Amino acid sequence: MVDFCGWEMPLHYGSQLVEHHAVRHQCGMFDISHMCVVDVIGSDAQLFLSSLLANDINKSHPGKALYSCMLNDTGGVLDDLIVYCLTYGRYRLIVNAATTASDLAWMMERASNWKLDVTITPRHDLAIISVQGPSARAKVWQVLPESRAATTILDRFCAATVGDYFIARTGYTGEDGFEIALPAMQVDSLWQMLLQAGVQPCGLGARDTLRLEAGMNLYGKDMDASISPLDAGLSWTVDLSSNRDFVGKIALLAKPQQYQFLGLVLSGGGVLRARQKVFAADGEGIITSGTFSPTMGQAIALARLPLHCASGDTVEVEIRDKRHNARVVKPPFVRSGRILV
Amino acid sequence: MPNIPAELKYTRSHEWARLEADGTVTVGITDHAQEMLGDLVFIELPEIGSHVIAGKEVAVVESVKAASDIYAPLGGTISTVNQAVAKAPEQVNQGAYSAWLFKIQPENTADLNELLDAAAYMQEIGS
Repeated sequence: MVDFCGWEMPLHYGSQLVEHHAVRHQCGMFDISHMCVVDVIGSDAQLFLSSLLANDINKSHPGKALYSCMLNDTGGVLDDLIVYCLTYGRYRLIVNAATTASDLAWMMERASNWKLDVTITPRHDLAIISVQGPSARAKVWQVLPESRAATTILDRFCAATVGDYFIARTGYTGEDGFEIALPAMQVDSLWQMLLQAGVQPCGLGARDTLRLEAGMNLYGKDMDASISPLDAGLSWTVDLSSNRDFVGKIALLAKPQQYQFLGLVLSGGGVLRARQKVFAADGEGIITSGTFSPTMGQAIALARLPLHCASGDTVEVEIRDKRHNARVVKPPFVRSGRILV
Repeated sequence: MPNIPAELKYTRSHEWARLEADGTVTVGITDHAQEMLGDLVFIELPEIGSHVIAGKEVAVVESVKAASDIYAPLGGTISTVNQAVAKAPEQVNQGAYSAWLFKIQPENTADLNELLDAAAYMQEIGS
C-alpha cells in the first residue's frame, strides 16, 4: 500500500504483471475513487466550460464524453479531465486526485469572476470502479443485469445513467470497458460481486503500465502547470481553429509548439524511466514517463523530443551513464490487446 | 513473513552470500528484496573476471517499479554469472535463494564473517 495524494492505495494485489495481462486478455478492475467527480450545473454551465476548457465543449451532446485540458493564463496544464454532458446545462467532470482542491478553487474563482449562473459541486459521496478488458462489459452485465439494456448501445466515449449508477464506456488502459461512478456506500458490494465473477483486482502499478502502453498521458509526469499541451502531445485536444475564447488560448497562440511528444522503444535490455536524457541528431529531449511494457517485453517511454524528431528515427537514451539506442514511435504502443509499433 | 535461510550470510543492502565447497561465494538478492521490488524484468550482470570491491555496485536489477543496484558483499573477482536469470528475471521472484546472480572468488574468505547472520538480517529488516 502507498500513500497517493492522501489516499491509501495498493501498488498491486500480488503481481503487477498478472494484473496487467488480465486487463489485456480478460478483465481487471481498479478502485479509482481517489479521482473526484465534479458536477457543473446551471443555465450558464455550457458557456462556463466553453470558456474554461481548451477542448470545445460545444462539440459535446448529452451522453457524450470529452477529454480536455484545463489551462492557466500562461497556457500551462492545470489538469486533464473528462467531461460528460449529462443534459444541456448539466455536466459531470472527473478530475485527478492530486489536483482536486486546486481545480475546485480555480473553477469557482473563474465562475465568480465571470458572473455566471453555475454551481460547482464536488461529489465526495461518489466512488468509481473502472472495469477494463475484452470481457469487461460482459462481466459488468453479469453482475448488473439491469444496466445491460442502457449500456449495450453505448458507443465508446459515451455514458448512461442507470438508477444510482453512472456508467461510462471510457477508461485509461487502451481496452474496452466501463467506468462506474456510484454512491460510496454501495462500492464495496459492487467490488465483491465483480470479484466473485472472476474480475482481477488491479493496483496503481498495472494502471501505469497499461496507460503508458495505450499512449495516454499522466498528469504531473507528462505535463503540468509549466508545460504547454502542445508540447505534451495534446494538440488534438486543443481547439485553436475556432474563434471561441478560452483560458490560456492567447498564451498558446503566442508560443507555438517547441517539442515533439512521441514514444520510445528501447532496442536492447534495460528499463526506460522518467527524467532519463534523450540525445537526438538536433538536440536533447527528456523522458517524461517510462516503464517496462509487459505486453511487448521491452522498455517503452513517452518523451519530449526536439521538434525535428519523427517516428522511425533512432535516438540515444542515457541509462546509468551509458547510452542506449531507442526507436522513436508514434504512440499508442498497444491498443485492444494488439502491439501497434 | 520473508524467508531468511539460517545457513546464509546477508548484507544490509539485501544481498545473500553462500560459501561453496570450491571456495567461491554465490550471491543473490533476498526474498525480502524481491518482495519489495515486485516483478523483476531486467538484470544487468557483471562481467566474468571483473574485480569487485566490498560494498560497491556490481549489478543492477530492475522491476517494473524501480531499478536497484546490487552491491558486492565482499571483495574479489567475478568467477561466474547466472545467464539464466538475465534471460528470465522472474526466476528471482519465484525463488530468491535458488536464482543466484553471480559468484565471487573472494580475496579473503574471512571477509564473510563481517556479514550479517540470519538473526541479524531479520532484525535489520524489522520482521
